[in-house]
Amino acid sequence: MDKKTVIKIADLAKIQINDKEIEDISVSLQKILNLVDEMNAVNTDNIEPMSHPLNLKQELRKDVVLEKNKRDLFQKNNKYTENGYYKVPKIID
Amino acid sequence: MENKTLIELKTEIQNKKISSYELTKFFLDRIKKIDSKLNSFITITENNALKKAKEIDSEITKGNIKPLSGIPIAQKDIFCTKDIKTTCGSKMLENFVSPYDATVVEKLNEAGMIIIGKTNMDEFAMGSSNETSYFGDVKNPWDLNCVPGGSSGGSAASVAARLIPCSTGTDTGGSIRQPASLTGICGIKPTYGRVSRYGMIAFASSLDQAGIFTRTAKDCAILLSHISGYDPKDSTSSKKEVPDYYKECIKKFEKMKIGIPEEFLDGLDSKVSEVFNESVNIFKSNGCDIKKISLKNSKLGVSAYQVVAPAECSSNLSRFDGVRYGFRANDVNNIDELYKKSRSEGFGDEVKRRILIGTYALSTGYYDAYYLKAQKIRTIISQEFQNAFKEVDVIIGPTAPDCAFKLGEKLNDPIAMYLSDIFTVSTNLAGLPAISIPMGFKNQLPLGLQIIGNHFDESKILSLSNHYQNLTDWHTQKPKILGAI
Repeated sequence: MDKKTVIKIADLAKIQINDKEIEDISVSLQKILNLVDEMNAVNTDNIEPMSHPLNLKQELRKDVVLEKNKRDLFQKNNKYTENGYYKVPKIID
Repeated sequence: MENKTLIELKTEIQNKKISSYELTKFFLDRIKKIDSKLNSFITITENNALKKAKEIDSEITKGNIKPLSGIPIAQKDIFCTKDIKTTCGSKMLENFVSPYDATVVEKLNEAGMIIIGKTNMDEFAMGSSNETSYFGDVKNPWDLNCVPGGSSGGSAASVAARLIPCSTGTDTGGSIRQPASLTGICGIKPTYGRVSRYGMIAFASSLDQAGIFTRTAKDCAILLSHISGYDPKDSTSSKKEVPDYYKECIKKFEKMKIGIPEEFLDGLDSKVSEVFNESVNIFKSNGCDIKKISLKNSKLGVSAYQVVAPAECSSNLSRFDGVRYGFRANDVNNIDELYKKSRSEGFGDEVKRRILIGTYALSTGYYDAYYLKAQKIRTIISQEFQNAFKEVDVIIGPTAPDCAFKLGEKLNDPIAMYLSDIFTVSTNLAGLPAISIPMGFKNQLPLGLQIIGNHFDESKILSLSNHYQNLTDWHTQKPKILGAI
């Protein structure tokens, strides 16, 4: 895995990495990909991918409100709130 | 007192031989005395626990006795607990207090149990040695220089050291069974969907399952009945009826056909192999038929797991953005910097590594080659298990390839660390239930026997575990080191 790819992936994942870390990360990611490549030894041409371990369909419920609004309770975990909003750096000039 | 089983403690409380307050105080004192050596707890909830114990004692006096009234339990710090911090072993959630209880927590509270604390774990359950925790390594009570396994390392070490009679855990690729094996106790991972995942901080949603640590199969069975069942808050939880696992576990043992996959024994450590074969002989001479089977694709489990788990982790952990809850970095100039700095400073190296691999596997141009391929391998592995269960009732093998390893030994070698889950990951990929019970020792360190069942066959694996524990005494052995502490 080249440095350019590592930088792109880190940007997509919103993870900051410095130049020193790029080298280590690319080596360790490559090792994991080598392990993962063992999968290619098996032909999976006519195999259905598994998305649920019990092959069950995702159950849906009726779209009705079941819970009361607990915004204040949920915002107790954050000191950067004001009038029920979350404060973040300016996004639009 | 510390050697009593959950069932014995239940009887003593209900017969008023001991009060819940005395019992809770006893285990709290033991934690205070011993846990500085082990670091198995992140939070100890002394005041809450003693207060609740008093309340339960007064209820018991009035005759209001619940099934597990007054018995202390430790919760893995991945389960959300109202009014108690839930850190998930991460700096990201160092000060997080959940506004609600996880369903598992709620159910055990309803049964009358007392939360004595939250146990240490690998950060976001990503690890096999409990060394990725932001709150420090957990030590193995059998040898303080060794790891207890992971990710539920604190839950396992605390039960092994008799700091608590039972604890909860979660298992995504072996995180209950491998630490149970390395610390010489019982750990069960139920069928996917058997137990609600609501309020259990998500790592890889199609693999994660909650479970239990105890010292005996019977204790495991009791607790499993309490945490199992459909939960409208988890759409993947099963509506299948929950049997009385305790009754199923202790009923007269019925002859079973046991399969042993030859792939599990290929190149196995000679001492592990010897200990495992002794267990096989015990089954052979006590009413079981042994059949060699083949699970030739199970060795691909680790590869498929290393795609599926990180992919789902990268998606699940995107919620930690520094905005709504969790760690927020200072000195940022724009929103992108807020996300990046908060995540980079809040997550540890292993979590970041898995997010990066997962992001790569899901990114444009790579999805088919990695994620889709891995999901197809999952189908193959699952079908192989289903074919095997046409011929046998359960499948057994060693839980881990070896006994506990030294702290630091595999920390800088992710691949070696991942391979310590080689016998456990495939059951998560296939959604099967499995248990690890103690089967002997290597260099005075415990080894675990894994029993895998078909979907919803928890009763069978518990019954076989109980049968084995009636014939052996490995589960009653305790770490010698504790005598010296």
